[in-house]
Amino acid sequence: MSKFVEDRQIVVPGEVLAEGEYRLGENVYRNGNRILSTMVGLTRIDGDKLSVIALHGFYMPMNDDIVIGIIDDVGLTHWMVDINAPYPGILRASETFGRGFDPTRHDLLDELKIGDVVIAKVLSFDRTQDPVLTLKENGLGKIKDGVVVSLTPSKIPRLIGKKGSMLNIIQQKTGCQIIVGQNGRVLARCGVKTMEDLAIKIIKVIEREAHTSGLTNRVSRLLESEIEQREAGKR
Amino acid sequence: MSKRILIDENGMRTDNRKVDELRPIKIEVGTLANANGSVYFEQGKCRILAAVYGPHEAHPRHLALPDRAILRCRYHMAPFSVTERKNPAPSRREIELSKVIREALEPLVMCELFPRTMIDVFIEILQADGGTRCAGLTAASLALADAGIPLRGLVSACAAGKVDGQIVLDLNDTEDKEGEADVPVAFIPQLNVFSLLQMDGLMTVDEYRGALSLALQGCRKLYDMQIEALKKKYLEIKVEENNQ
Amino acid sequence: MSTTPHGSIISKISQDDIKKLANEGERVDGRAFDEYRKIKITTGFVEKAEGSALVELGSTRVLAGVKVETGFPFPDTPDEGVLSVTAELLPLASETFEPGPPNENAIALARFVDRGIRESKSIDMKQFCLERGKRVYMIMIDVCVLDHGGDLIDASALAALAALSTTKYPIYNMVDGQAVKTEELKPLLLREYPIATTLAILDDKLLLDPSIQEEQATGTFISFVFLEDERICAVQKNGLATITESMLFEAIRISGEKSKELRRLLFPRGDVGGQG
Repeated sequence: MSKFVEDRQIVVPGEVLAEGEYRLGENVYRNGNRILSTMVGLTRIDGDKLSVIALHGFYMPMNDDIVIGIIDDVGLTHWMVDINAPYPGILRASETFGRGFDPTRHDLLDELKIGDVVIAKVLSFDRTQDPVLTLKENGLGKIKDGVVVSLTPSKIPRLIGKKGSMLNIIQQKTGCQIIVGQNGRVLARCGVKTMEDLAIKIIKVIEREAHTSGLTNRVSRLLESEIEQREAGKR
Repeated sequence: MSKRILIDENGMRTDNRKVDELRPIKIEVGTLANANGSVYFEQGKCRILAAVYGPHEAHPRHLALPDRAILRCRYHMAPFSVTERKNPAPSRREIELSKVIREALEPLVMCELFPRTMIDVFIEILQADGGTRCAGLTAASLALADAGIPLRGLVSACAAGKVDGQIVLDLNDTEDKEGEADVPVAFIPQLNVFSLLQMDGLMTVDEYRGALSLALQGCRKLYDMQIEALKKKYLEIKVEENNQ
Repeated sequence: MSTTPHGSIISKISQDDIKKLANEGERVDGRAFDEYRKIKITTGFVEKAEGSALVELGSTRVLAGVKVETGFPFPDTPDEGVLSVTAELLPLASETFEPGPPNENAIALARFVDRGIRESKSIDMKQFCLERGKRVYMIMIDVCVLDHGGDLIDASALAALAALSTTKYPIYNMVDGQAVKTEELKPLLLREYPIATTLAILDDKLLLDPSIQEEQATGTFISFVFLEDERICAVQKNGLATITESMLFEAIRISGEKSKELRRLLFPRGDVGGQG
């Protein structure tokens, strides 16, 4: 067994990471005796397990993910939901609102229209079928107010922060409720338009600088100065 | 009508290159805002944009395959890319090259990971000066990497040819039109295989082997540049981190 | 736009059979790996064409016709005739061929056959000028695939070559700026007889002249066009798979040998076996 790379080293698709009986983590594949990266990213070596953390990615649904979706098509018994993934989400009438649904008496469009935004949970997904969504749990359902912004999905963990620290700072200082979808969409619900704009601005800053250190402190200071400016402007 | 001299007595070509020299290359990864992956690529006077969208739902749905993603590839030349304006409608050449380029990219993409979806690859030739299918292919494989689509490796493509009786690397437009043979080649260095092979002109088998060998040298040099271009983005990030 | 084609519905069992046989050094129809199927060429099939040939290669049937007319030269070759090759994958030839304008497969086929003839300089296009910059002969080759039994490239290239080698075209004279057709016929002279050979790539095996079943099992081919003096004038890999350097050189070796045999068999005196 031989390793050709260190931990946290930048690699590109096809780059040989090692030879031999290593365990395969994410974004690597085996060709004969060699293990190669499938993406541009940073290596992660965990004992005998090799992975690559991708620099860019797109959202692939996973069971139990909370996602923010946009209704984009309607059938007889289900809606199709754009969840910013290669596959559309399927939201069956039976998975919304818990009420009895009768296709001869009820029209799906009465409940959710094209363009409506929902917070949903991924019930099940395997690549042979489109992901099945539900609205039936607490906190899920149609979004009636607030602003939705999109981010690169791989930046989401940074937005949340360690144990939710980053998210808490933003929510505390702006007074906004921020709901983060695993699919790279974020809802900011503030009640005050200026605070909503500020929340969006901060979220964009975090996306741009997600890779840097000291971000949490910078965001905190930036929020404070922006709020001061707005208060000053009001007087 | 006297034939133009394409390689002078000092072994210098019309653009002051030696017979085994690549044209100057410039690569910018992630240049477009909308596309999931994109690359701006210059090779000599060629100016090429490659962009990737996907994986996304297949449109129209009946084109989708149940067990893998499909690739959709378009090689297209802008009307002003060549000396005499080219009609924007796809020509027979563009249709053939779209097919040949798609076939060269297919072995690279781990399509089985995204059944029923579609991955779009668009190659737009903004200015052409010989060797656009190879440059387009090299750029497209970088755009796929930039889009975060899992790949088995990268494709590096380069042409060699026969000009004034000699085997030369990376033909420019004049050499392509007035030379004796053109050998475009695409190679996947990590898997040690060819994914595009074409030739037209007149050559002995030995000359053809010589051209293949020279083209491979060009491919390997391009591969190094592709790696550098992809890593450059990350290195910029690392530098910023160190400066914080 | 080129889109990944749907594979032919060949049963996995068939595909595995072909691979298993290949591993044992055999093919479904009992041929050797470097053996062509039975070839029959009938020239003069279409009297109204200036030249024509029907090629039967195994169960593949391809008909090529040559029409010679007059027209404008290309601006960068004002004193040369115009050569064009088109191909049609006729819907009656296969369940998989749809009616409509030529798709990428038909275009790729036509362009490869074209390169074989054009790059070999088989026809001296300079002898076809009527009035420099204004009027030249147009030699138009149309290849029609009538039945797809595999290896359309070799069959089409043979059909085009055989049709050309038996072409007799009417002489035109320029009279008051117009091209006027005379009753006089002249045989088209070929300086070269380029022969195309195609090998299917099945894992690490090379199969010459793939039958339709073998094509469905692999989908990847490499084709070469050789001249009599052993120079090559065209190479093309088709299909989704890849090829190693060593397999490529092996393919060149086999193609070189086989194209010689084919030329000797089909064009012994520089024309199609006695059809003059």
